[in-house]
Amino acid sequence: MSRDLLLRLRSWEGLLLACLLVVLAYNVTSVSNFLTVNNQINLFQLGIEKSIVALVMAFVIINGEIDLSVASMMGLSAAVVAYSFERGAPMPVAIIMAIGVGAGFGIINGYFVSVLGLSSLAVTLAGYIGFRGLAQLLVEDRSVGDFPSWFTYLGQDGLIGAVTLSILIFAILAVVGTVLLHFSGFGRRTYAIGNSAAVARYSGVPVVRNKMTIFMFSGLISAMAGVLITARLGAVRASTAQGFELDIITIVLLGGVSIFGGLGTMAGVLLSAYLVLNLRNGLVIEGVTGNTQTGILGLLLIVSVLAPNLAARAQERMRRSTVGPSAQAPPS
Amino acid sequence: MSDVLLRRIRPEQFRELILFFVIIGMLVFFSFQIPNYFDARSINRLTMTLVIPIIVAVGQVMVVLTRNIDLSVSSTVGLTAYVVGTLLTRNNDMPAVMAVALAVLIGLGLGAINGLIVAYGGVPAIITTLGTLAIYRVVLVEFSGAKTVTTADLPDWLNGVPSANVLSAGGYDLRQMFAVALLVVFFGHLTLRYLSFGRRLFANGSNPEAARNAGLPVRRDVLTAFTLCGGLSGLAGFMFLVRFGNITVTAAQGLELQVVAAVVVGGVNIFGGSGSMIGALLGVFLIETLQQSLLRWAGISEFVRDAVLGLLILIAITADAIILTRLREMWVRTRRRDQVRQQSPPTPEAGAADVA
Repeated sequence: MSRDLLLRLRSWEGLLLACLLVVLAYNVTSVSNFLTVNNQINLFQLGIEKSIVALVMAFVIINGEIDLSVASMMGLSAAVVAYSFERGAPMPVAIIMAIGVGAGFGIINGYFVSVLGLSSLAVTLAGYIGFRGLAQLLVEDRSVGDFPSWFTYLGQDGLIGAVTLSILIFAILAVVGTVLLHFSGFGRRTYAIGNSAAVARYSGVPVVRNKMTIFMFSGLISAMAGVLITARLGAVRASTAQGFELDIITIVLLGGVSIFGGLGTMAGVLLSAYLVLNLRNGLVIEGVTGNTQTGILGLLLIVSVLAPNLAARAQERMRRSTVGPSAQAPPS
Repeated sequence: MSDVLLRRIRPEQFRELILFFVIIGMLVFFSFQIPNYFDARSINRLTMTLVIPIIVAVGQVMVVLTRNIDLSVSSTVGLTAYVVGTLLTRNNDMPAVMAVALAVLIGLGLGAINGLIVAYGGVPAIITTLGTLAIYRVVLVEFSGAKTVTTADLPDWLNGVPSANVLSAGGYDLRQMFAVALLVVFFGHLTLRYLSFGRRLFANGSNPEAARNAGLPVRRDVLTAFTLCGGLSGLAGFMFLVRFGNITVTAAQGLELQVVAAVVVGGVNIFGGSGSMIGALLGVFLIETLQQSLLRWAGISEFVRDAVLGLLILIAITADAIILTRLREMWVRTRRRDQVRQQSPPTPEAGAADVA
C-alpha cells in the first residue's frame, strides 16, 4: 500500500498534487477564509473560460497537434455576439451564430490539418492572426456592451446556489472529457494517433475523421468560452481574451500532457488548472501584477516541459553509469 | 516547353518568381486605386517601415530552416530598444559603435537562452519561445518601472540617423537604415548559400535524424541559429530605438506575427529544410506594402489588415503544400529522365550515324 502510494507520488500527477498542496497551504495561511465555498467559486470563476478551453486543448495536444487560434477564436466569437446584437439580432440567435462560427472555423482548421496534411502550427497561426483580424473588422475600436440583463446575470451570478453557469459547464465538460478520453474508443484512437499517426492509419483508425472532430470541438468550445467571457465581463472589445493561449497551453502541458502527443491524463489537466488558479491567487496576495504573473506562467510553461526532459536524461545517465562499464568491459 | 522550364529553374525558385509577380500585380492594382501611389514621400516611408521586419526576418529564416520557430523576437526587439535607450539617456556621450554593439550583445544573449533550452533542453521551440515571449516582456516591464524613453533625452546624433541618406535621387532616398537592412539580407544570403553552417541549416531542417546520423552538429547549429536570430533582433531593437525614439514597455509588440507571416509567405517551409533569404525579403515586402496600401486605400476599412494577413498565410502554406509538391515531383521526373537518357548506351543506328 505505502509502496503503491509512493509510486503514485512519483508520477507527474503526484508531483502536481504536491505543488498544489504547497500553494494551497500558502493561500490558506495568508487568507483567513480561503477555503470557503464562496471563495473557491470566486477563484474558479476568474479564469473559468481558460480552464474550459484547456479541456479541449488536452484532446488536441494528445492527438499530436496544437491549436494556437483558440484565444483569437474566443475574441471572434465575442465579437460576433456583439456585432449581431448591435444589429438587432435577439441574444439567443447571436449566441448560436457565435458558436456556429466557432464550429465552422474549427472544421476549416481541421480540414487544412487533417485532409491537406499541413502543419497545425502554421494553420492555427494563420487562425491566430486571422480570427483576431475578423474580430477587429466586426467591432473595430469600439467597446460593445449593454447586453440584456439575463445574459450578464448568467455570466456573473450563481445558477445553483453560488455555482455559475460557466462553472457548471466546466464541470459537465470535465466529466464528459474524462469519459471520452479514458473510457471510450474515441479517446483510445486519440492516443493512438498522437503516438503515431502513420501506425494508426495502417491499423484502420479513421485519422482524418478523428482530427476533424477534435478541431471542430476546439473551435466550438473556444467560441462557447468566448460567449461566456462576454457574459461575465458584460462588454466586448476586439482584444477580448487576447493572450489567453499562453495560459491554456501552460495548463495543459503543466498537467503532464506531452507536447509530442500520445501522453497525458484528464486528471493531470484538472489538477494543473486548479494549481494555476491557486498560483495566480497566491501571486495576487503577494502583490505581483498581472503582467508579471504572465511571465511567471511563461517560465512555468518552459519548466513543465524542460523538467521531465532533464529528469529522463539524468535517469538514463544513471542507468548507463551503473550498467554500462561492467557490460562493456572486454573479457580478459 | 514545361520541360525546358523545369530544367532551368528549381521548384523553390518558381515560388519566388510567383511571389515576385504577385507583388508586381499588387503594385499595379494599387497604383490605379491610390493617387500618387509611387510618390517619393510614400516610397521613402515604406522603405523605413521595411527595415525592422527585414532584419528580424533574416534571423527568423535561419531558425525556421532548422524546423524551429522563434516567437520571442518582438520581446527581444522591445527589450533591447528599451535598455539601450535608457543607457543612452543616462549617458549621452556613449559612442554609437558601443550602443549598437550593446544592442546586438543583449540580443545574442537572449537568443542563446532560447537556443540552449531548445537544442540542449529538448523543449519544442514553439513552447520555449511562447514562454520567453512573455518572460522577456516582463523583464522589460520590471526593468522599466513603467517609465518611457523619450526622444528629447536621447543624444542628437541618434535622432539624425533616420533621415540620413546613402544616396538620393529626385526625392527618392536610399536611407542608411534601409541600406543596413539590405546588407543584412545580403550577408544572410551568402551565409545560406556558401557557408557550410548555412548548408547544414538546410540539412538539419529537412531531416534532423539523418543530419544527426551523418555526424552534423545539429544541436550546436540550432543553438547558433537561435543566437544569431537573437543578435539580429537586438540590431533591430537598436533600429527601433533610432526610428521611434519614444520607447514604451509595449514596444514592438506583435512584430513576431508579422515576421513569421512574412517568412511563411516568402516560401520558407515551416517544417524546415527549404527557403531562402530572397523569398523572405519578398515576403516582408509583400506584407508590409500590402498593409501600407490597405491603410491608404480609401475604399476599405483600416481594420481589415490582420484578417488579410491571416488569409495570406493560409493561402501561402496551402499553395506551398499543393502546388510545390506537384512541381517537385515533375522536376524530379524530368531530372531522372535526363539522367537515364545520358546514361543509356548509344544504339547501333546512332553509332552508325555518328561514323557517317
